Amino acid sequence: MSTGYRKIALSGLWDNNVVFGQLLALCPLLAVTGTATNGLGMGLVTTAVLVASGLSVSLLRHAITPEIRIPAFVLIIACIVTVADMALNAWAHDLHKVLGLFIPLIVTNCAILGRAEAFASRQTPVAASFDGLMMGLGFTLALVVLGAVREIFGSGTLFAGASLLLGPGFGFLEVTIIPDYTGFLLLILPPGGFIVLGGLLALKAVFDRRSATATGAPMHETGKVFTAVGVLQPEPETGETS
Amino acid sequence: MTDATQAESKPRIPTYLISPVILAGFALATAVILATSDSLTRGPIADRSAEDLRTSLVQVLPEGERDRDPAETIVEVADAEEGPVPVYQMVQGGQVTGAAFELTGYGYSGAIRVLIGVDPQGAVLGVRVLAHAETPGLGDKIEEQKSDWVHDFDGRSLTDPTPTGWKVRRDGGVFDQFSGASITPRAVVGTVYRGLTFRQRNAQQIFHPAEDAS
Repeated sequence: MSTGYRKIALSGLWDNNVVFGQLLALCPLLAVTGTATNGLGMGLVTTAVLVASGLSVSLLRHAITPEIRIPAFVLIIACIVTVADMALNAWAHDLHKVLGLFIPLIVTNCAILGRAEAFASRQTPVAASFDGLMMGLGFTLALVVLGAVREIFGSGTLFAGASLLLGPGFGFLEVTIIPDYTGFLLLILPPGGFIVLGGLLALKAVFDRRSATATGAPMHETGKVFTAVGVLQPEPETGETS
Repeated sequence: MTDATQAESKPRIPTYLISPVILAGFALATAVILATSDSLTRGPIADRSAEDLRTSLVQVLPEGERDRDPAETIVEVADAEEGPVPVYQMVQGGQVTGAAFELTGYGYSGAIRVLIGVDPQGAVLGVRVLAHAETPGLGDKIEEQKSDWVHDFDGRSLTDPTPTGWKVRRDGGVFDQFSGASITPRAVVGTVYRGLTFRQRNAQQIFHPAEDAS
């Protein structure tokens, strides 16, 4: 079973990465990755929701008939997001002031529904939570990388505002990469997000092709970036193995 | 998935009857969870926003010795345009030296609650955004923590700049917009301007010390 979990981890972090592999969740992605810090905040909140929704969908999977699964998943996810929003506001108010802006954007994240449908609804609760965690971390990774590239070349800084998100102890993360930089507005705006995302996807394709040639694996791997968009189909590589 | 379909088709009750019942059950359970967490969190959330208001009030009102807590020194001003607005007064030595009130503007994604502090001479003492849902990284520079943009309002009045200047630069005014987000600052500038005209219309009431409740 441990190989199964390794597969899930690899799938979430790299092969089937929400952004770089499945090309999902582009709406919140482009909205918040103007800075690396905002990407990190969005990624952490989304990870928490992915774990919670994976767990609940998996626990309830035998109670949900196939006909009503989509509305049922939507209800579960919306409920989790709303409760998380209220609970953070009430008991972690300072955190909510920083992360609260990201919570409404999670509702636009189709990756959560995609994972509920393609994975959590046919797996055990532990596997589904682990998959949520890995998918979330992979999403966080993508957001931080994209945010960092756009921030460095768009505003000349890195992790600006990190001490507001993570606490004063993380002030050291805030770096000015290019002093007296006047900024490159295009990269901060959504089109810049698309441009940088395209560049990163190309890099990943080149890397995957290289490693595929090196290990002698079949070449069709590289085409997956574009075929995996149909996420509502079951994914053979993460499907039921037991 | 196929196993589930077979299992569901065996019982005598057909799935088209059982599915709506399950879905209704889900909706009911969700509603119960949401209602419960709403009633659990409503009190603490109200407390937190009262604390936020107190913190912001201190920042937009004059410093120094005060007769009463401004958060509890409230006059209700009924304005023709803004409706009833609670005004928080800073009373120092029997005189109202500053007053603050909250107005709501509408930005890119919904309401922006703006707290505006004014002095009896007509100048802005300070402006703070209490709550908003603008895009992180673009519109959220209206927060004092993220940018000192709101300090541009300090000391402004209806004559500085003149009413035609109470706009963002793109609209021919004097206030900076943010790159990529002009709707948000436009909403805040407009709201502060409304605040100043509100002050002008109701100066008598706003700067007349409230009856001491005690």
